[in-house]
Amino acid sequence: MKFLKNPAISFSALMILGIVLDFGFNAYIQLTVLFVLVNCMMAMSLNLVNGYTGQFSLGHAGFMAIGAYFSAYASLNFPVLPGVLSILSFTIYAFIGGGLAALFGYIVGLPSLRLKGDYLAIVTLGFGEIIRVALQNLNFLGGARGISGIPSLPEIRLGGFVLDRFFVSYSFAIFWCLLCFFVIWRLMKSSHGRSFLSVREDEIAAEAMGINTTKTKVRAFVLSSFFAGVAGAMFAHFTNYISPSSFTFLMSVNAIIMVVLGGMGSMSGSVCAALFITILPEALRSLKDFTGVDLRMVIYSLSLILVMLLRPQGMFGEEEITDLWRRYVKRSS
Amino acid sequence: MQDFLQHMINGLSLGSIYALIALGYTMVYGILQMINFAHSDVYMVGAFAAFYAAKWLGIENSPGFSTLIILLLVSMITCSLLALAIERLAYRPLRKAPKLNILITAIGVSLLLEYSGQVIFGADPKVFPEVLNDSILAEIGIVQLKLSDVTVLGVSIVAMLVLHWLIQSTKVGKAMRAVSLNANVASLLGINVNRIISFTFIIGSSLAGIGSVLVGMKYPKIEPLMGMMIGLKAFVAAVLGGIGSVPGAVLGGIMMGLSEEMVVGYLSSTYRDALAFGILIVVLIFKPSGLFGKSSVEKV
Repeated sequence: MKFLKNPAISFSALMILGIVLDFGFNAYIQLTVLFVLVNCMMAMSLNLVNGYTGQFSLGHAGFMAIGAYFSAYASLNFPVLPGVLSILSFTIYAFIGGGLAALFGYIVGLPSLRLKGDYLAIVTLGFGEIIRVALQNLNFLGGARGISGIPSLPEIRLGGFVLDRFFVSYSFAIFWCLLCFFVIWRLMKSSHGRSFLSVREDEIAAEAMGINTTKTKVRAFVLSSFFAGVAGAMFAHFTNYISPSSFTFLMSVNAIIMVVLGGMGSMSGSVCAALFITILPEALRSLKDFTGVDLRMVIYSLSLILVMLLRPQGMFGEEEITDLWRRYVKRSS
Repeated sequence: MQDFLQHMINGLSLGSIYALIALGYTMVYGILQMINFAHSDVYMVGAFAAFYAAKWLGIENSPGFSTLIILLLVSMITCSLLALAIERLAYRPLRKAPKLNILITAIGVSLLLEYSGQVIFGADPKVFPEVLNDSILAEIGIVQLKLSDVTVLGVSIVAMLVLHWLIQSTKVGKAMRAVSLNANVASLLGINVNRIISFTFIIGSSLAGIGSVLVGMKYPKIEPLMGMMIGLKAFVAAVLGGIGSVPGAVLGGIMMGLSEEMVVGYLSSTYRDALAFGILIVVLIFKPSGLFGKSSVEKV
């Protein structure tokens, strides 16, 4: 499993998967795959704050909205480079959208991260709501109607070879997901990452060891909001339509469910949970024909409570999938 | 000036409803140090209980004080039972768990109630039965003093006085105060902590039940997601007053109601929801313990 820790190799492996998805499956499944990737990013970035740093943020959708709105607005109103280079401009817009979200993360985080647990949850929740209300009242961003007709990523022609829209979107998403994954992964191995963990374990002890806890929390928060903003930008280009009601409290809760279900402080847990949580509602769609009422969300919330009661550490706890693999190999040898 | 008076009246009656719900948050927080996210949905269930009870008893079209009292009782009892069940099944097993887990469970319970509500009651808004024949009691210029506003204020004040008596002058109230100060020591002194916690949930959610009928009377449209926003605002009110403090919750609720009414009256109604959180953030930055809260020093 060690070779997967090399970004280039895992990128190529996922690209091959992309080719399979491109030829073997219909558009519905392809769109679901793209949403899985968006949710992966949401979960991984939230995991940095909720899982590794131990702070409880309930406003992740707000940061996502900022990135989404910026990227949507920019791609409609600013020039987009022609041809293959348009990918570059989408990447830049996503990056700036993320940067804007990070800026807001800094503004919100600096005062509120001095607070403890529950209060932080409420402030971030409040921030998410404020963003939504503000977007509803900003007319140049479409108000409550939102922005429609956001361009998708274009198809690319290289000589006689055509890469279709799905494949380009998929590679775009994979690029950002891997970037997010490896940035957080490497970060957690560094001394900054260790200080995140120490803040989670015991704030007072961390402070006594000379860690500026507020600064550490803000750092985690800013990085997390950056990736949430990028996830928002991806979301905007994949759905082609965003409105303030796309980024409600439920979106934030969704991200939290993924982190909790996967195990707080486990990257691979977040990824698996994102996969599970995105596919589950789609799979449960047929249940509606069976029961006549929409039970999806009931099952969702019930499973959240049951996970908390029966397995509070989530699927993987704090371990990674590679740890489980290693243990399995050891046991079987 | 007359506009201002009218806004004051509306704000006071709205604020007293916020205060009733905020009391539930603050009492549970005072005793368990947890945000009971499900409180707002208990309130929603209370409104639906009153709605169906009125239908079942055939009093949906016979407004009057007897109807009001019956609906209040039904709603209070339903809310208490529901909150008891939630506490017993979801919160008690997690009493010793990390705070984050309890918070997530509370969110889970809240979502469960909302979506089960959508499945059971239907997602479309329902019209709350007419509880009172609304009439104008007094009129000064264009300022109207309506019966519904007076009733809302009256019922809330009575409920709060009863609560005050309960907490300050009864044995159970004394035990509640003891548990909120230090649950371990209280249990050493022979107080059944679990029972007191259940009791707190009962009182808090009965107040939410009262609030739900009063809201139904004033804004007769109920739906499964009605608790979300009002619950958040009530929570903000509790934080504003200093969470854990009973007079703080009342004052915070009134202030929330007044300021919201003023924003709607003088600025724009689209900002009414953002206002609550704006207030919250400002309070938490400058005085995180709220108006009446005690700031605690953390000891190692």
